[in-house]
Formats: sequence, structure tokens, C-alpha cells
Amino acid sequence: GGGVTRYVNNTNGGPVFVHVKDGRILRITPIQFDESDGASWTIHARGRSFTPPRRGTINPYVFGLRSLIYSKDRLLYPMKRVDFNPDGERNPQNRGKSGYERITWDEALDIVAGEIRRVKKEHGPGAILNSSGSHHTWGNIGYWLSAKTRFMNSIGSSHVVHNPDSWEGWFWGAMHHWGNSVRNGASDTYGTIEDCLKEAEMIVFWSSDPESTSGVYGAFEGTVRRQWAKSLGIKMVHIDPYYNHTAALLGGKWIAPRPDTGNAMALGIAYVWITENLYDREYVAERTTGFEKWQAYILGETDGIPKTPEWQEAETNVPGRVVRSLARQWGSCKTYLSPGGLAGFGGACRCATGIEWARSMVCLMAMQGLGKPGVNVGCLQQGAPVDTHFYFPGYAEGGFSGDLDNTGLRLNMYQRMPQLPSMNPVSQIIPRLRIPEAILGESVEGYPTDPKSIEGQFRKFGYPAPGHSPIHLYYKYGGSHFGTMGDSNRYARAYRSDRLEFVVNQSIWFEGEAKFADILLPACTNFERWDIGETANSGGYSHHQFIQWNHRVITMQHKCIEPLGESRSDYQIFLDLAERLGLGNLFSEAMTELDWCRRLFDGSDLPGRVSWKQFLKKGYYVVPAPAEANRAPVSWRWFAEGRTKDVPELAPLPADYTSQWRKGLQTQSGKLEFESSSLKRFAPDDPERPPLPTYIPSWEGHHTKELYAKYPLNLISPHPRYSFHTMFDGKDSIINDVRDHRLLIDGYYYWIVRMNREDAQRRGIEHNSLVRMFNDRGEVVLAAQLTDRLPPGTVHSAEGSAIYEPLGEPGASPDRGGCINVLTPSRNIITRSHSTPSNTCLVQVEPWRPGGEA
Amino acid sequence: MKKYAFIIDIGKCENCHNCFLSCKDEHCGNNWPGYSTSQPLHGHRWLNIRQKERGVFPLIDIAYLPQPCMHCDDAPCVAAGNGAVQKREDGIVLIDPAKARGRKELLAACPYGAIWWNEEEQVPQKCTLCAHLLDDGWSVPRCVQACPTGALSIFHGDESELRQRVVDEELAILPEAAKLKGQPQCYYKNLYRYSHSFIAGSLAEKVGEIEDCVIGATVRLKKNAEVVAEQESDDFGDFKFDNLPENSGDYQIEIVRDGMVVRELSIDVVQSCSVSTIIL
Ligand SMILES: Nc1nc2c(c(=O)[nH]1)N[C@H]1C(S)=C(S)[C@@H](COP(=O)(O)OP(=O)(O)OC[C@H]3O[C@@H](n4cnc5c(=O)[nH]c(N)nc54)[C@H](O)[C@@H]3O)O[C@H]1N2
Ligand SMILES: Nc1nc2c(c(=O)[nH]1)N[C@H]1C(S)=C(S)[C@@H](COP(=O)(O)OP(=O)(O)OC[C@H]3O[C@@H](n4cnc5c(=O)[nH]c(N)nc54)[C@H](O)[C@@H]3O)O[C@H]1N2
Ligand code: SF4
Ligand code: SF4
Ligand code: SF4
Ligand SMILES: [Ca+2]
Ligand SMILES: [Ca+2]
Ligand SMILES: [Mo+4]
Repeated sequence: GGGVTRYVNNTNGGPVFVHVKDGRILRITPIQFDESDGASWTIHARGRSFTPPRRGTINPYVFGLRSLIYSKDRLLYPMKRVDFNPDGERNPQNRGKSGYERITWDEALDIVAGEIRRVKKEHGPGAILNSSGSHHTWGNIGYWLSAKTRFMNSIGSSHVVHNPDSWEGWFWGAMHHWGNSVRNGASDTYGTIEDCLKEAEMIVFWSSDPESTSGVYGAFEGTVRRQWAKSLGIKMVHIDPYYNHTAALLGGKWIAPRPDTGNAMALGIAYVWITENLYDREYVAERTTGFEKWQAYILGETDGIPKTPEWQEAETNVPGRVVRSLARQWGSCKTYLSPGGLAGFGGACRCATGIEWARSMVCLMAMQGLGKPGVNVGCLQQGAPVDTHFYFPGYAEGGFSGDLDNTGLRLNMYQRMPQLPSMNPVSQIIPRLRIPEAILGESVEGYPTDPKSIEGQFRKFGYPAPGHSPIHLYYKYGGSHFGTMGDSNRYARAYRSDRLEFVVNQSIWFEGEAKFADILLPACTNFERWDIGETANSGGYSHHQFIQWNHRVITMQHKCIEPLGESRSDYQIFLDLAERLGLGNLFSEAMTELDWCRRLFDGSDLPGRVSWKQFLKKGYYVVPAPAEANRAPVSWRWFAEGRTKDVPELAPLPADYTSQWRKGLQTQSGKLEFESSSLKRFAPDDPERPPLPTYIPSWEGHHTKELYAKYPLNLISPHPRYSFHTMFDGKDSIINDVRDHRLLIDGYYYWIVRMNREDAQRRGIEHNSLVRMFNDRGEVVLAAQLTDRLPPGTVHSAEGSAIYEPLGEPGASPDRGGCINVLTPSRNIITRSHSTPSNTCLVQVEPWRPGGEA
Repeated sequence: MKKYAFIIDIGKCENCHNCFLSCKDEHCGNNWPGYSTSQPLHGHRWLNIRQKERGVFPLIDIAYLPQPCMHCDDAPCVAAGNGAVQKREDGIVLIDPAKARGRKELLAACPYGAIWWNEEEQVPQKCTLCAHLLDDGWSVPRCVQACPTGALSIFHGDESELRQRVVDEELAILPEAAKLKGQPQCYYKNLYRYSHSFIAGSLAEKVGEIEDCVIGATVRLKKNAEVVAEQESDDFGDFKFDNLPENSGDYQIEIVRDGMVVRELSIDVVQSCSVSTIIL
């Protein structure tokens, strides 16, 4: 009414209603279901019945969207760096310094298409590098894995291999003990909400803050479930150097280890279980291998060091008695372990000791009978009893990419939504964490994120690839890397190299790396174009990710308003370029974005439930909860009971099984392996990753004495609660006003570092004052918040700043934008990997004296 | 006439800021004629989230107190407004943007800091309880709709019903309100988490070479030689006596094992305090 139209759209923080009046967005609200929407489920546990509210929740940053869409930092016109002339002086050394001037779309597209042609001709295959962030505005068609991939394949470009940054320790470590390669080494979590509410007596949150991270894309769907658990008296323990928001909301015991001490505490727990007979002997005997070796190591028979709770105290600073109490409770009651906010994540997996930590998490579960009633992984964040049989694709299934190699297209959609294949003729691939070095012409190597098998990760690759050109053109999509990749001043230095002849950046906002481009192509948000997508359905490595949601919500993502300024949808930009390169119809198949949405709709199970017209009009469909009898079985139960696998996932593929399809795990023994057979086959003598999980102190921690004396503070950089990495930060949005996100000091919104009061007082640092945090890699200016939520010696500053604002020479001066990753290492966790140790970072903090940048 | 009031449960607030941000989504850049002028993009906190950390590492907790305009009865802002500020029959207090133009002094009229100055429009502004939405048929304002935990809620009913809930659910108004003008119609549940203090500690003992947590010991809290509370140390040997008034002076803690008092200590409660580990 009142001239207001209510559209529907979707975000990585939940689906939304979009109220539009006179072509302008008025408000964005969470979806409230009506009576005609699909039924909800009910779980009966301990004499009570639990049904989720009939609505969708959304993350805080989603409320910032209107201010982000209309942000003054939007790129509204194509731009050219003022001192860039494709036919004359290019001045690459001024990238990041010079200003921009407005040009027409025709000029911009001609320059970009011309450069693509020129570089390919002059240098040969591989000279074009394209890369993007991992996340995106929501939808299946416009997603980078869809439109961008189809275009980049079509022109032939060096592909960037993403390290498994969300999973690191799970991918490089845990996978070798329980398989699950298709989930990057994480666990499936079917049926665990019902099982946990019915059976569990305790939940151990270990490096797990779902109230901040929402698993991933889970909004606050898990919150009500954890409130139910609390009301049932399920005990909670939080192992995290930071008194995180989940601990603050739910209470329970907070145990604060020194960061990056990985599995020391886990070994101390296993010691108590072994010496006090608090583990599941029968399960260990029947379902696992290699326990004797692990036991011998724990007891100190192999290295003379019993891994007692007192031993771990020197590593973690957590009193031995606390660990002993924890172990005794855990060993004597049915316990859920939540390693990470989503089972298989956690800041603890992203550090020098992260691989050993994740491996030990598997070993602990193996000792307690993983899969038995009440003994499983998770924290009620995943595993809602929604319909897993109703098919709708996730974004990683590739949309209309036509790509069978680097998306999940071939799993379902290639048959369901036939499309022209697209194939990248360039086989040169580049490890993401080595982009700067690759640009600078260095030889680099990496190990692939290959989910097909456990051994996929062992195939080392190198750059430059034989017969290929090094990189000379960088097509950058988005601009997050200063805020998200290690030692990120490297990127500024690489951008300014004359080896890079041309840089084009296609972004929605003028931020981060966009400021280092020669040509800027303005993209619009998903509120200004058509798309279609299901909330929290990513597909790919996170099969059935939507089981984090209490209801499956599939949305028609309406084009709510016209693209602002001269911005265009990414699809349109790629199509415009493709046309100039003679690839127009190959790219679009002569279809519009809305046509593609219709085609994807037709390829899904939706037409059996709702007509296209109805769906288009209402804007969403809630998949009804299945009858109780049709709910997915509990993960690992089949394994614990020695049956064939019965959860609704194919993986691993039939060929991966040692005995018989669906029998046993993906490991060589088919069992949970304390000592990994795959690591024994690959590199049995690797001191960085021995076949048996052992305690290996951090290579940048309290044992690295000289460095530690100079930089005595451990910095952890978890994910930002009020932004999704860089995507909702900065840009003059209302998120800036959240005092726990950025702090306004002298007219500037500074990123925040949290530190213990004592640490601060010793340094003369006051609450809400400016500080410089630094190490040998760089320096960042921040606002300090003093707290007792951290132990002395640990500081906390989230990753994900969208703003990179060096006070002097880019790449060589303090950043006041808040890119914490200026300080984090760029090296791999272990040599034989391609991994990021984000939470391994020694720093010093001092009061900031203005003018100190000189 | 049914009236509106906020009911906010401190025990459920997790500082997610959905309320604060949804308020901005509704009001920044949006004029609601007859109700309010648009809120500036930055600076205002119509729903201000205060926070309080209690205790000392590692025995701490934290409480968040979301504070909107509390739509007071006998509101001092109404009195000071000379017609520019009105209390509607349903309890909602509204500042008329036209009549209040230029009247920066109204900020000082609110003892709770709930009024904000819009420099550009030269008007004082505050939470409208989203009256433009409620009048349009919405059952709750934006912030309440956005709250994921159930911490924020809106009451709409008879005065007597509200009084009953205040008693039944032990709702309280801001402590400072007792001394200040106005009767806030914003009621807090579990307010002690913000306003009161705790004494917490951990019990341990030597068992041979090692130290263990002491589980299940009786811990007594005494005030003026009288037992005011008693509990057992938990699975980690921890105890915590909460809901003690700030600056409430001397307390004694007694640790009892096997019927014997094995340790006594006295504590002067100013703010929440965590005593260092007690080795029995
Ligand atoms: N210190 C530290 N660093 C970390 C981590 C950590 O824990 N600590 N975590 C790591 C993890 S797990 C991850 S996943 C990474 C994430 O790191 P990134 O993936 O690099 O971060 P995002 O901010 O998600 O990047 C998305 C980019 O895409 C752009 N974009 C989004 N939608 C669109 C669109 O529709 N069109 C166009 N053209 N552009 C778009 C955004 O503006 C943004 O620039 O960070 C990692 N970095
Ligand atoms: N709001 C928001 N939500 C997000 C994201 C976001 O950027 N913003 N990103 C999404 C993505 S891509 C991912 S991968 C997930 C990440 O989800 P997680 O990996 O679970 O999240 P993190 O914040 O990295 O880490 C969780 C907790 O680990 C703690 N921690 C750090 N180091 C250590 C350690 O050494 N030991 C222990 N015990 N704890 C430690 C941190 O204090 C933090 O509270 O979140 C997703 N959800
Ligand atoms: S809180 Fe302040 S502005 Fe609101 S009604 Fe009371 S006195 Fe007036
Ligand atoms: S009731 Fe409306 S105006 Fe008041 S704080 Fe909530 S959202 Fe803001
Ligand atoms: S939305 Fe609810 S839980 Fe979140 S900060 Fe506001 S009151 Fe607290
Ligand atoms: Ca157990
Ligand atoms: Ca009063
Ligand atoms: Mo991630």
C-alpha cells in the first residue's frame, strides 16, 4: 500500500523483503512467513516440543545494505586513472596514488577488450590473470562462479587456485584421519540438532563463536536452538582466547588458551581419558586404527614427555586442573564438540598449529565414540530436519558458467540445465596466496584444493607453467585482498610493478584494491539486477549447507531498483566485453539474466511445487519440512553402528571406497585413523606433518624467543561480527556507527583492537585511544578497546577491513584503514600445502602519536 | 486505552545491534510526515546499547543494555516542550519536528540522554516507537522485529496488565530513574546483570603433586554474620554470588567441606570482583 512495493531478495545474511517506493529502497526487513508457506518441523526432546519461529532471521550487516547500496563510495561511472594512457605512458608506479577521471562505457570497454586482445597476442596464453574474493552478492546466475567464470574461460586466463582458507587444518590435517575430502575435511552434520537436543549432556565450543559468524550464511537461525539447549540444562564450555559472543550469551565455563597452541590442550585431555579410563574402548577397538601409537605418544613412551594437563599448561597457560576437570566431565557424559562456528572451521584451524589442532579434534571424537547418541560434532548450528531431497542448486554449482572443472556444475545442473560448455584453454594456475610474487615474476608453487580424493592435495604445481606467459594483465573482480590475505602490503607493491601492463577492476564500490586499477568498471548490486537463489545454499564443498536454516527459503531475487548511475550488472559488463571480442552469443546464449533465472528454475525441483508465475510474484518458496520418518539420519550413526552409510550425500564417490561403496570411511583402512595412512604414503618423515598428530609448537609464538621478546603479543584476527569480511565494512555505511565495529575518533572511523587492561596499562594505552600495532611486516593504526575478555598477552582485531589507507607510500607505510592482514604472515602453515596461518601473528602495540607516520 | 511499553530482557541481549541498525534502516534518509524527520546517516543512537563487563579475567561476564527513548509517563521532555513534545494516549512520546525546530535545549530536558540533535535539520530527535508503523498496522516496531533472541519486546495492553507483568516477571526500570524526573515505560528483566555486582572465585586443592578443582564444596556468603546465600562449587570449582548491590560493603565468604569451615575471607564489594584461586 501507499505506493510501496514489497520485493524479495537474498543475501549471505538471510533472505529479505525489500520495500520500494518511487524507484527507491525504503527499507529492508527479514522475511515473515505466512500460513500458505511450507510447514515447520517440531523436535520432541526430553518431554518438550521445539518448533522454530515462522520467520527468517538476518545478520546485523544486512540492515546496513540500504546505506551500502546508496553509499557515496559507489562506483557509478566507468573511470580511468588520470595518468594511464594505453597508447602512451602507463605510469604503473602511480597505481594506488593517482586519481581517476570519468570516461564513457564505450571508451572503457574498448580499452579493456583491446588490452585483452593485445596481451594475448603479445605474450601468449596465461598472460591474463583473473581473481576475485570468495564471496559475493547472493544468487546463482550473477555469482562470480557463474558469469565471471564463463567469461574468463571464454577468453582463456590464468586461474587462481583458492587455498581452503575456511577449513585449513581440516583440509590439510583432519582429512587424513576421517576422509571427507569432498567437504574439505570437515564433517557432515545431518540430524544433529535433534540428536543433540535429545541426548547430549554437554557442548564444547572450541574456537567456536556461532553468535558472531552464524556458521556461514546461517544468520541467527541457530540462536533459538542454542537457547533451547540452555533451557534443557545442557552444559556449555567455551575454549577460546576471546570471551566470545556465544559464551557471553549462553554462559558456561570459559577456558582461554594462549592462541596458536593448537592441540596441546587436546593431548592433555586425551592423557586424562587414557589414564583414568574415560574413553570408549570398544569403539576404539572396532572403529579405529593406530590408537596404540597415539596412546604411547600421549603417555610419553615415545618421546619421554607425558602429555599431562600440567604439561599443556606451559603451552596454553590454562591451569592443568581446569583441563583435568574438563576431561573428566567430557569423558563421563555425552558430549558434542563444536570445532569452529561451523563444524570444520574455527580460527584455531587457521594458524601455525592449526593442522595439528584439527587432527586432534578428530582423534578426541574417535576416543569418545563419534556417532553414538549424543556424541557428535556441532553446536546446533547445523543439522535442522529440513527436506534434503528437494533439489535446488547452490552457488558453487556454477550457475550458467558452463564450467565442469572448477565448479560443481557436473554434479546435477549440467544435466538439469543444459548449457554451452565453457573451457579454459589456459592450464596455468596460480596459488592465491602467491599472487603478488607471481605478478613480480617469481617462480611459485602450490598444492591444490582438490576435494575429489584425499591424495588430490599432494599434487604440487608450479608457476609459470611450461609454455605459458607470466602475468601481464590483471582482471580483478572486487577488491578485498588487502583486508583478507596475509602480509597484504605485498599486493600494493605488486600492483605498482611495471610487469603489470594493465589492471582492470570490476567493483561495486571504490575501496581496497579498486584504487590500484587503470580502468574501473562499475558493477551494480543484486538489488539492481535479476537473480535466483536459496538462502545458505552454497553447494560445492558444503553440500546441503542450508541445513543450518530452520526453513529452506528459495528466493526469486527481484530486480528491485534500476542500477544506480551508469553501473551495470556483472553479467551485462561481461556480455558487453564478450560482444567486442566476438563471443557475445557464446557467452549469453542470447538470453537475458531473467531468462537464465527461468531456466535455472526449470532445472530445479521447484516447477513440481509452484508455477514460475507464482514464484515470480511471491518471490520466495518455503520447502515444507518432511514427515518425521523422512528426516535425514544422524551423521556418523551408521559408522558407529557398523552399517552402510545412510546420510543423504553421495560422497565420497563410489570409486573411493576400500571395501564396498557406502561401507567404511574414505581412509585406507575404512576406519578412523589415529595414525594416518595417507600421510604415511605421501611423506612419512615430514616433521611438519607426521602421520601421527603430535604437538609442534608454532613457528611464530612463545617458543621463537628472539621474535617473542620483540613482539610479545599474540594477535588473533577472527571474522568480523558486523560485516561479512570486507563486504559490509566501510563505504560510509551505518555499520560504521556500531561501536564494536569501528570507532569514530577525530572524524575518522578506526578499526578496533581489543586488549587486556593490564597489557594496555603497562603501555600507557587508554580505552578508545589510538594505537599503532606493528611487527616486521608492517604497521596499522587502530582504536584500542580495553577489556578482560582476553588474557594478558593476547590481542584481538578482526580481519575484513574494506579500507586500505596507507599514510605514505602504498605498501611501505602505516595503514589507518584497519587491514590487520598487513601484519599476518604470508607463508604456508606447512611447506607441503597452500594455506594461511592468519592467527599466527606476533605484534607489539604502542600509543599512536599523530605525525608518527613520517 | 491500550498503552505501549518496551520490555527488554538483559539476559537475552547479545549486542548483535540488529535493533540499532534496523532503526537506522527505517529512519536514516526517510521522512515520516506527521511523526519524524529523517535521522542523519551517522551519529544518532535512538537505540543506544550500553554495555558492562563485570569481574576480572578469567571470571567475567558481560551485559548489554539497549536503551531507546523510554516513553516516560510524566515525561520531563513533554513538560519542557511547551507543546512541541506530546505524549499520546497510547503512551508514545513524539517530538513534533516542525514545532521543535531550533530547540536544541530539549536535549537537556531528557535526563536519560535519549534525545539527539540533527544539525542539518536543526531538530531534536529520538525514538518514535515507530509510531508511523504501529499506526499503519504493524504489530511491533522495527527493532523488535529485528531482534533475534527475544530480548526486545513491545507491550501493548492495559496499564493493569503491565503492572501485573512488572510484578510477576520482576521487571525494573533504570536504576538512575528513581532519582530523576519521569517514569520510564521501558522495563528490564534481569537488570541485575547490568546494575549489580557479583563475587566469584575458584576453589582448588593439592592432590599429591598436582592441583585439582574442588567440586561440590559448600560456599557461603555472609553479610553481617548472617548467611545470605549458599551454593556448591561447580564442575570447575567455581562459585559466583550475583545480584549484590554495588558498593554494598563487606561480605564474608566461608568455604565448607565435610561440615567444617576450611577457609574464610572477607571482601569489600565496590564492583564485581573475582577473587584469585583459593587453594584449600
Ligand atoms: N586474518 C585473517 N584473514 C582471513 C581470515 C581470518 O580468519 N583471519 N579468514 C579467511 C577466510 S575463511 C576467508 S573466506 C577470506 C575471505 O576473503 P575474500 O574472499 O577476499 O573477502 P570478501 O570480502 O568476501 O571478498 C569479496 C569481494 O567481492 C566483491 N563483490 C561481492 N559481490 C560482488 C558483485 O556482485 N560484483 C562484483 N564485481 N564484486 C563483488 C566484494 O566487494 C569484495 O571485494 O578471508 C580470509 N582471511
Ligand atoms: N559476521 C560474519 N560471519 C561470517 C564471516 C564474516 O566475515 N562475518 N565469514 C564466514 C566465513 S567465510 C567463515 S570461513 C566462517 C569462519 O568461522 P570460524 O572459523 O568459526 O570463525 P573465526 O572467527 O575465525 O574463529 C572463531 C573463534 O576462534 C577463536 N580463535 C582464534 N584463534 C584461536 C586459537 O588459537 N585457539 C582457540 N581455541 N580459539 C581461537 C576466535 O577468538 C573466534 O572467536 O565465518 C563465516 N561467517
Ligand atoms: S526518555 Fe527522555 S525523551 Fe524519552 S520520554 Fe523520557 S524524558 Fe522524554
Ligand atoms: S521503536 Fe523504532 S524508532 Fe524506536 S528504537 Fe525501535 S526502531 Fe528505532
Ligand atoms: S537486537 Fe536484540 S539481542 Fe541484538 S542487540 Fe538488540 S536487543 Fe540485543
Ligand atoms: Ca563422553
Ligand atoms: Ca523517576
Ligand atoms: Mo571462509
